[in-house]
Amino acid sequence: MNEILKLDKISLVYHTENGEISALDNVSFSVRRGEFVAIIGPSGCGKTSILSIVAGLIKPSGGKVYINGKENEKPSENIGYMLQKDELFPWRTIEKNAFLPLEIKRIKDPSYKEKLYALFKKYGLREFRKSYPSQLSGGMRQRAALIRTLASSPDLLLLDEPFSALDYQTRISVCNDVYDIIKKENKTAILVTHDISEAISTADRILVMSKRPSKVINVHDIDTDKTLSPLKRRESTNFSAWFERLWRELNYENK
Amino acid sequence: MKTNEKFSREHILYMRRKKLNGLFIAAMRLIILAALFAGWEIAAKTGAIDPFLMSSPSRIAKTIKNLIISGNLWTHIGVTLTETVAGFLIATAAGTLIAILLWWSENLRKIAEPYIIVLNSLPKIALGPIIIVWFGSGAKSIIFMAVIITLIVTIISMQNAFLSCDNGKIMLMRSLGASKLQILTKLILPYSVPSFISCLKINVGMAWIGSIMGEYLTSRQGIGYLIVYGGQVFKLDLVMASTVILCVLAGAMYALVALVEKIATRR
Repeated sequence: MNEILKLDKISLVYHTENGEISALDNVSFSVRRGEFVAIIGPSGCGKTSILSIVAGLIKPSGGKVYINGKENEKPSENIGYMLQKDELFPWRTIEKNAFLPLEIKRIKDPSYKEKLYALFKKYGLREFRKSYPSQLSGGMRQRAALIRTLASSPDLLLLDEPFSALDYQTRISVCNDVYDIIKKENKTAILVTHDISEAISTADRILVMSKRPSKVINVHDIDTDKTLSPLKRRESTNFSAWFERLWRELNYENK
Repeated sequence: MKTNEKFSREHILYMRRKKLNGLFIAAMRLIILAALFAGWEIAAKTGAIDPFLMSSPSRIAKTIKNLIISGNLWTHIGVTLTETVAGFLIATAAGTLIAILLWWSENLRKIAEPYIIVLNSLPKIALGPIIIVWFGSGAKSIIFMAVIITLIVTIISMQNAFLSCDNGKIMLMRSLGASKLQILTKLILPYSVPSFISCLKINVGMAWIGSIMGEYLTSRQGIGYLIVYGGQVFKLDLVMASTVILCVLAGAMYALVALVEKIATRR
């Protein structure tokens, strides 16, 4: 099965005391195994809602989500969700934080922990395993959060603006690190972001959403050199062309 | 300091200044206490104040000594301490449990809200007569008084602590497929440990208010009883001596909670 995720005519309506808001309207797309897909759109367009629906946290008002060809409604082990902030628990060591998904999912198999130790070593957190989150820098914390996300060996990673809480310098380097880890571990990823350049520098494919009620208005295959790191890709010649194109597209839709 | 050679001269000076400052503060505390008692004693001896109305440190010491000799002191301390600790433990446990229930069910929280607000604003002493009628004149009434005074505060502060846990962390737990019980035990409870400890500190004071107030209402033993009795028969020495004992006991209980805090937050 080459298609890891498929959204079929997803719609979402919020009910509030002031009435109902149509957040998503007939959103359909699919993601291939190993692909890095970025979703961009104006703020408040329901980008995060798409991830919440895929993760099984909220039920869509209509449509279906298929993971590996099977319908999915509940949080699944196949999915790792990475949030805007690292959300590491300050009372747990980095290691205990990374083990959290195993505790929640009651995974006893020791091979999972060994894999985590290997990840700590590989991505420079070995000496900090026994440290508390407050003793680490923002970038290291985000790396630790990614390792936690990888704990239950999910195939599909959902990244909800995972770098937006970091300062610009850290943001670019952590984006590089996270991209590197995702590629090396052969994961499929969906990145939701409002940062066009972040999307171009990481994604194989970019989905552009309209404002509410959101639809997928365009899908672009990004033709930058995929062997380059996100940082290097920012220097490639077609980067600025893509930037301008997407920027216009978003702005035109926002009118 | 064994590792002196590792530090710069400035750092050693800084450490020394810090240490000196700590000593200065401790010394000042003792000096103020000593000066207060000495001034009091001198004023009483020279007749500047009336020792019959104001008592004096030497008279307090003598009263405490007599209480020890007659063997009554330990009974009184034992009674009040039991009431206070019982009230403190019952109210803290029950309050935390109720707060957990209120966290668990949003509807229950909304239904209970006005009741909690009213109970919080109500001066609990007003319930005194009812409590005596229901529980009789004895330790049970006093413990109940300590419990109701401490309970409401515990519910409110623990519920606020539980609800202040950030949404992102709850989202994370939910995305991992955590059950509500797992969210409670792995996130909400450990997250609320610092609030719980500050709640304990407040509860120490609350439980003392409750037990002494209870003893004012109805008692034949205890520190609160000694104070009321001393007041009624105009034995200010007894009132002052009991107050001093109360200060020591309350301080000791607080120190115990502070010790618990140190152990619980050790990293």
